[in-house]
Amino acid sequence: MFSAARIHELLIEGLPDCRAIVRDDANDGEHFSAEVTSSAFVGLRSVQQHRLVYRALGDHMRRDIHALALKTYPPDRWPHAD
Amino acid sequence: MSDVQARIDKMVKDHDVFLFMKGTPDMPQCGFSMRAVTILNHLGVDFGSFNVLSDMEVRQGIKEYANWPTIPQLYVRGEFLGGSDIMLEMFQNGELESEIKG
Repeated sequence: MFSAARIHELLIEGLPDCRAIVRDDANDGEHFSAEVTSSAFVGLRSVQQHRLVYRALGDHMRRDIHALALKTYPPDRWPHAD
Repeated sequence: MSDVQARIDKMVKDHDVFLFMKGTPDMPQCGFSMRAVTILNHLGVDFGSFNVLSDMEVRQGIKEYANWPTIPQLYVRGEFLGGSDIMLEMFQNGELESEIKG
């Protein structure tokens, strides 16, 4: 079983100036959704931003995470106040 | 290039629009794949597809080919466009239609 908190930790560690909101939608430890921003996303197309997220999650993405619905933003378009 | 990478490359290059998915367009086996098919049908696009559940070699090989860990995967004119999230985002902002009908 994998957790939203664990994904959040991996993202913060793996991406510079990262902010992320990770939800275990089905509460089953397999289907997650995440909103992510990072200074590394500036100037990148969405698919490239998503690639950076998958790289931060590494092999967990293949083994432990069955589904991750992903929404990424460059820092200036992060819609959540902290 | 390994045999499976060559097979994948050929499928991608032989079609303007090609979707690697779980299941088939009329019988998707996964929510994300179904959403991808629904979007392409909504745009009225002709597309080729491959059911990765029918071939484990392609199912693993496609992840290396695109350096992308999930299925479905959409290719337009031989270029990897993205997975289900990217397709939805591009569909909503009109980019997908312009990319395909370019």
